[in-house]
This record gives sequence, structure tokens and C-alpha cells, in this order.
Amino acid sequence: MTHLSEEMIAYARQLVSLYPEPRSALIPICHLAQEQDGWLRPEAIEEIAAVVGVSPAEVFGTASFYDLLHTEPAGRYVVSICTNIACMLAGAYDLLDHAEKNLGIKAGGTTPDGLFTLEDAECIAGCDNAPCLQVNGRYFGKLTRAEFDKLVEDLRAGELAEQVPPHGTLCRVRRSVGLTARDGGGDARLGTSDEPERPSSTSGGGTAGGVAGSERGGATGGGTAGTSQPARRRRRGKK
Amino acid sequence: MALTGAPRIVTSRIGYEDSYTLERFLATGGYDGLRKALSMSPEEVSAEVNTASLLGRGGAGFPAGRKWSMLRAAPTTYLVVNGDESEPATFKDHLLLERDPHQLIEGVMIAAYAIGAAQVFIFIRGEMALGIERVTQALNEAYEYGAVGRNVLGSSFSVDVVVHPGAGAYICGEETALLESLEGKRGFPRIKPPYFPAAIGLYGEPTVVNNVETMSNLPWIVLNGGAAFAALGSGSSTGTRLFALSGRVNNPGVFELEMAKTTFKDLIFDKSLGNGIIDGKALKAFIPGGVSAPWFSPDQVDMHLDQDEVGKAGSMLGSGSVVVMDETTCALRAAWRITKFFWRESCGQCTPCREGSGWLEKTLWRIENGEGREEELDMLMDVCDNLAPGLTWPPQQTTICVLGPSIPSSIASAIRMFRDELLVHVKEGRCPFA
Repeated sequence: MTHLSEEMIAYARQLVSLYPEPRSALIPICHLAQEQDGWLRPEAIEEIAAVVGVSPAEVFGTASFYDLLHTEPAGRYVVSICTNIACMLAGAYDLLDHAEKNLGIKAGGTTPDGLFTLEDAECIAGCDNAPCLQVNGRYFGKLTRAEFDKLVEDLRAGELAEQVPPHGTLCRVRRSVGLTARDGGGDARLGTSDEPERPSSTSGGGTAGGVAGSERGGATGGGTAGTSQPARRRRRGKK
Repeated sequence: MALTGAPRIVTSRIGYEDSYTLERFLATGGYDGLRKALSMSPEEVSAEVNTASLLGRGGAGFPAGRKWSMLRAAPTTYLVVNGDESEPATFKDHLLLERDPHQLIEGVMIAAYAIGAAQVFIFIRGEMALGIERVTQALNEAYEYGAVGRNVLGSSFSVDVVVHPGAGAYICGEETALLESLEGKRGFPRIKPPYFPAAIGLYGEPTVVNNVETMSNLPWIVLNGGAAFAALGSGSSTGTRLFALSGRVNNPGVFELEMAKTTFKDLIFDKSLGNGIIDGKALKAFIPGGVSAPWFSPDQVDMHLDQDEVGKAGSMLGSGSVVVMDETTCALRAAWRITKFFWRESCGQCTPCREGSGWLEKTLWRIENGEGREEELDMLMDVCDNLAPGLTWPPQQTTICVLGPSIPSSIASAIRMFRDELLVHVKEGRCPFA
């Protein structure tokens, strides 16, 4: 019995087979683990290490470098308010102050119910809609205080489930073609495999890799950390 | 297209609601460029790109064709697309990723054919969830359509393309850090030389790293010819380019403009573009090409959006992002926020960058809050000079990558252009804009 679901492990192996070196799949598979758990649990790190063929310490060492890979629990909704230059010129720090009051936490913290983590974020490339923010990587822009309150209310009520999957779900589209499992003796690199890369038109999408299936679009896993422990982030506290 | 009669090259579809779908793409000439490229020899395709003299749109502005020609001869060559757009105030590539992913894939396939790539990796910034979803979806469709994979569009050319999500680190926009990240490691820039991944890149193999916008230009160039592209713009700044305008303007956004024909004044004030400054305030300063670039003053507003012209004036067109500050903007606070960004994003390998950024940020924050001393302005300049000796642009290198030496740009600009205003903070013990 693995911690990561069988489907996740199978897809992780498919990702490994896409790259000339297995370790290249490390970060994509970390995203998958976060899709299931909302953060990178130690058990997941162990299994990622096994799939990729490195030590758990190496997975942790890589993951801890990156802002989007959470080695401690994060809220179900990670609200990242950009305060960089363009958003700052549009009042982002006022918005962040307001968000701290609304959620009752400081930037870098997580609400006691585990629902929200608030971040003082760097530029997220939404500058034409400043001040902007992301919730779990999904954009919201030109926000007034009232609109922020409404956003929080809607998230709490689950009304934005379609638009904002639980934290950790990066990509709701699975690669459904061009997959060949290394275990099956093939290789994703064309020219080195005897197996056809694309499924024939009669076999339908998602068959080459076995697991993918583009119909599998919805988010899986709870994704919520359910903890009051604030996520310790690399230099993400508010000044 | 505003102001000149130049065609829209990379944004021709984004007006359509369904611009990202295969149906819309095919209905508007999609994959015709790839089809034409496959009817040519790889050398002929490269020649067209050289004729176009397409400059890289990522920030450094290096000619794409020359990058390709520098590839070391080897059995395995990789193409990596840099979609890690994270230079603050740059928001053009995410538009192309979200609104026209098939155009990117077509461009990628043309480039892969031209350089004979064994495999292609499209590295997309991890924060761009929608962009990653759209490109992944488009790639699935492109495989089904036959534009990617084995025997592309019925030809003998085969190549596999992989969408690779980043995980949140500005430094991964630096191409050697990106390659490290793509190899599943921390995003530490590699020591130079070798200066170009064309010699030693991904897994030690020769690799071309090109920007998303650069790739998105290729279908048009192949279809219309390099000469038609080179006929647009002026001098070495050919074609059109996406400019991302933000800050204190009425109409921030991404605009595709003919290179070297439009001025910063047009971009900021023209009704069809920036439409002037909010509340009719006065222009105070502007950043011409991302926060790494030294600032310009209002008397430089007639300068053209021209790589050479901006370079000669001591800054850069960089990532094509223009940030407007008006009379209500505190220059010190702007410099502080930019420095804070570099401090957060320093990878920590090199002492001048890791330590310098933190101490600069702390000092700026103190002065901003009225706790600074006059001599600290000179100290700031001295620290900046340690990071980038001479404070010229492009900067002298003191670190593995250019992040560290970019830190002084905003600080030196603020001190040189607004010294008196900074001193008010010291004398009055508070920020006059607060």
C-alpha cells in the first residue's frame, strides 16, 4: 500500500519515461503529490525518491528551493497577493493589510481552520490587472477591499470550486498522448523506440500511456491540510 | 496595430474568445507555417530566421538565428523553451501561453526541425496554472492532429515535446538555472564558461534555449519570409514586439508594436495605448525594460522602443516591460520594493548578491521609514559599486549570473535622479509620500 494513490504512481512513472534522465521528472511529480495532499508529506517524498531513483534527502533538498513546493502544510486556498512594483503602485500593500485583517492572520500564516494561507507574493505577471492576486495559481485582478471580501466569502462557500481547485492542483489536464512507459521497454524519445508514439485514431486519446485520459479533468484528493500550523515559507513574511 | 501599419504577428488571434482552441487555430492559418517549413530544408528555415534577424524576446536580445548556429555538432541536441516569465512587470508570455498555445507549439516545431532537436521541453512558470493547462491541452490536440510526434504532418521528421512545469523561482529564468531545474535540481545558475548552453546544455548536450515570444514569431516568419519580417522595424530591431505597460497609466496592457518606430511617449500617452497617466499627473520616471533595467527620466520619453537606442542611453529594452511612475510615486519606496524582490529571489550561491541584496534592502527600508542618515546614500552607492563595479549598463559581472549585478539598477537610478527627495526622508524623518 503506497501513500500516493496507484493512479498517481502510475502517472508519475509515465512522467519519468518522458525524460532522458528520470530525475527531470522530480518537480512535476512533486506537483502531483501536492495535488493529492495539498503539500509534500514526508511519506510522499519517500515515494517520489523511489520513483525518480534518488534519496529522499535529494527530493527534499530540491523541493525546499522552490516557493510552490510546500514542505509544510498549507491552507486549502493559498492566497498570494502580489506587492511587487506594478501592484504596489496600485495600492497592493493596502490590500494586503486589509486581507490580514479579514483573515485574521499575518502574511505567511494559515488560518486555524486550515482554509487559507496568505502570502505577500512577488510579481505573478498580472500587472495589467493590478492590484492582483492568485488563489492556488488562479488569477483575480483589480481588486477592491469589498471585492476581496466577496472572494473570501465565495471561496469559503465553495462557490468557486470550478475555477479554483484545492491547493496543490497545478494542471487539471493530463498528458494523454506521446507517452510510452520505460517499464514497457520503450522510451519517450522518438527515434529510440520501436513503439508508435501516437495512439492510432481508432484507439482514442489517452491509451498510449494507459493512465492519462483527458476526460480525467477534475481535481482529486482532499488537498486541504486541515491544520493550524502556519506554513513556514522562504522569506515570505511581510515586511 | 496602433500607430504604424505593421501587421499583428504574434497577437493576430487573441481577439477571439476561443483563440486557444485547435479549431480556431486551424481556421486562421494554423500549422501552415510548419507545413511550409517541412517542405524546406532545415538550413533554409534557419536562413529565413537569420534574414529576419529575429532578436530573442526574453531579455538579453541575442539573435535567435545566431544562437542556433552556435550549436556544437553532436548526435543529440535539445530545444528548451523558456516560459519562466517572472521579471517583475513582465506579463506578455503568459498572454501567448494562455491565448495562443498552438502558435507556440507550431513555432517550437519549426525550430526543432531547423536545429534537428532530439526532444523539446517547454518550461512554463509554475505560477501560470492556466498557461500550463492550455499548453498541455494544445499539445494533446497537436499530437492527435499529427503536428507533433512521429512523422510530423506526414513528413519523415519526428520529435517529442514535453511541457515542464516550474515550481516558483525567478532565477530559473536564467537559462543555465532553468536547465538545472529541468534536470530536477535546485535552480542554481551554472558557472561560466561555457557561456552558452549551445556548447554544454541540458544533460551536458548542446541545447538551444529560446523565449516563448521568440518561438511564437516563427510561423509568421516562415510563411511570409525573413525579409518581410526584417522590413519591419529599423536597424537591428526588426519585426514587431510585445510591450507590457504597467504602473501609473490609465490603460495598462500588452501591446504589439512595430520595433523602433514607436516612442515611449507614444506607448505611455497615446489613446490607443497607455492613454496617459492616472488623474493627469506628471510623469516622474519610467523603467524601460523590466526591473533589472536602469530608469529613464521624463526628458528621455521621446526615445524609440529600439534595442540599440535604449542600450546606448545606458539601459535596456530587456523583457519589453515598461513601468510608469508618476509624481505620487516615492522613488525610494519603488527602489526598496525592487531590491526586496532581488533579495528574496537571490539563489544564495554568490556572496555579493546574497549578502548585498539583504543589506541594501534593510538600509533602503530604514531610510524610507525616516530612520536613515545622509551618508547612507553614499554607502548604498558603494555597496552597489561592489555588486556591479562602475555602475554601468550592461553591468560588470561579480557573480555567477546577472541577477546580482542587476540589483544596483533601481537603487543607483533613485539616488542619481532623486537624491534630494531621498534626503527629505532623512531630514524630515518620514516618507513625504506616505
